[in-house]
Amino acid sequence: MKTTDSSGDVRLSGISKTYGSFTAVHPLDLTVPQGSFFALLGASGCGKTTTLRMIAGLEEPTTGTVRLGDQDVTALPPYKRPVNTVFQSYALFPHLDIFENVAFGLRRRGIKSVKKQVEDMLELVQLGEQARKKPHQLSGGQQQRVAVARALINHPKVLLLDEPLGALDLKLRRQMQLELKRIQTEVGITFVHVTHDQEEAMTMADTVAVMNAGRVEQLGAPTDLYENPQTTFVANFLGTSNLIEAEVDTKSGDDIVLKAGGGKLVLPEARCSAPTTAGGRVLVGVRPEKISLTHADDAGEIPEGRNRVTGRIADASFIGVSTQYVIDSPVCDELAVYVQNVERDGRLVPGAEVVLHWNPAHTFGLDATQDIDAGIEEEAV
Amino acid sequence: MPFVNFLKRNLVVLAGLVTLAYLLLPNIVVTVFSFNQPKGRFNYEWQQFSTDAWKDPCGVADMCGSLSLSLQIAFWATLGATVLGTMIAFALVRYRFRARGTVNSLIFLPMAMPEVVMAASLLTLFLNMGAQLGFWTILIAHIMFCLSFVVTAVKARVMSMDPRLEQAAQDLYAGPVQTFLRVTLPIAAPGIAAGALLAFALSFDDFIITNFNAGSTVTFPMFVWGSAQRGTPVQINVIGTAMFLIAVLLVLTSMVIGNRRNKQKA
Repeated sequence: MKTTDSSGDVRLSGISKTYGSFTAVHPLDLTVPQGSFFALLGASGCGKTTTLRMIAGLEEPTTGTVRLGDQDVTALPPYKRPVNTVFQSYALFPHLDIFENVAFGLRRRGIKSVKKQVEDMLELVQLGEQARKKPHQLSGGQQQRVAVARALINHPKVLLLDEPLGALDLKLRRQMQLELKRIQTEVGITFVHVTHDQEEAMTMADTVAVMNAGRVEQLGAPTDLYENPQTTFVANFLGTSNLIEAEVDTKSGDDIVLKAGGGKLVLPEARCSAPTTAGGRVLVGVRPEKISLTHADDAGEIPEGRNRVTGRIADASFIGVSTQYVIDSPVCDELAVYVQNVERDGRLVPGAEVVLHWNPAHTFGLDATQDIDAGIEEEAV
Repeated sequence: MPFVNFLKRNLVVLAGLVTLAYLLLPNIVVTVFSFNQPKGRFNYEWQQFSTDAWKDPCGVADMCGSLSLSLQIAFWATLGATVLGTMIAFALVRYRFRARGTVNSLIFLPMAMPEVVMAASLLTLFLNMGAQLGFWTILIAHIMFCLSFVVTAVKARVMSMDPRLEQAAQDLYAGPVQTFLRVTLPIAAPGIAAGALLAFALSFDDFIITNFNAGSTVTFPMFVWGSAQRGTPVQINVIGTAMFLIAVLLVLTSMVIGNRRNKQKA
């Protein structure tokens, strides 16, 4: 049902919010295209909820404008904006039953015959049986679906979701993620989703904007963000990254050759977001699941052309589908390596000398002037 | 020791029953003596059963007049105190203004002040202003002392209310007036109702402040006090019993309605 018209675009230009001397959101430009599932991802206090509330009209921007399609809504109060919100902890009206909660928006717009629409909407979220119950009689997951139904029934141009799954337990959260994604595909409305859970953002959204301290650090498709992080914050906040400090040695073709701890590492120049003058410092990044582990005795069997690092296994934890190793290496104290449990090598136990190797194409380069640990503390869940 | 065991097991029930008896005994005495036919003017000793007083509740001169006056004052005082008190409570919880802390503590003063002192001070105030004592001075005094109770009751309710509910209403196309009428007011209603009931009860049976500021007007509590000097007509017990029964009936009805509503929903 995705259409090419742009009436559901959300365009934020130069939007910012300050409270006294505290800047919650730095001037920020953002365009969310019609029909997309967009996630604002960040730790608490990064300004993502404030940004969402400015779109809803519940917070007045200090500077900048909010546009929905071609309409400038910056000056409109929330009840005049074609936007609906699913609130954190749902904010269902406790004095009204489920039917009336869902019918609330229709009734306020003077629509008389709401019965059919409300019943259809309750059917969509599989709550037809519960219409006459009060919100407190429902489970968390059911309340969450009522909150979605109450917002969606108004056919908003944009649906805003403020940590909608935060109050649910892990299993139910996974289920609701798929459910929300299904509903979004079905109705084709633009969703803007605020979350601190990076897995949730990556599972659900087409585009993710990673926010940190009131700024958008990086914006892109989940795979793009994961494979090509531009900053150490993104590299550490989304999943786990091994970051190795290295020095630029030479360039050969499209690759940069780096010196790290006596060895050499190869990094494709296109995947390096840092300046690469010879002698300059770069952080070399590689994801733990891209690394293969070979016992030092078999080092000769490793094919040529792969990046190699030696080390000793400091810790190994078996988690079923994979084994997660922590490697003590001269280039980096704690390298994480995830190995699929396909053919397990019995010699790979703590204390064993190993060689870590990976395809140079899986390496990314970051500016070494950044805090190497940015985003690690903040990673939640 | 079967008796001790019985006591151990039913201690809570027994204690409850004793407390209940303690609470209800005066009410039972009032009811029983409304069927008395006293010798002489005082209704203090049981003589014989009679329904005379019930057949003619307004048979005592001026009593029903004072009762109707008390009900009117209680009604208007409740209305005034509830409206003003609700607004004050919302202002205190929702807004940050300069004198907020001061107002918050001043609101408690009328509750803390000995009633008789307040009554005398009010009288001084009214006399100095040259106000004519009567219905209006009583009403002003009642609204004044009921206010604190309403504010306290409503404030507790408003404080526990999630501000996101009102934001959700606004998000769902309800303007400020609609939001207040459809969401804020219904959710605050139990607090407002509790405040109003309290105000009614306080106003209806207030004696001290009323007595000081009534001039020649006589409310029902003043009538009972006055007649107690000269002899108590049985009709006073009749009115007391009737009020008690009406209150109990109201509570029972609301409980039955509430139960039925819950059953329909479930």
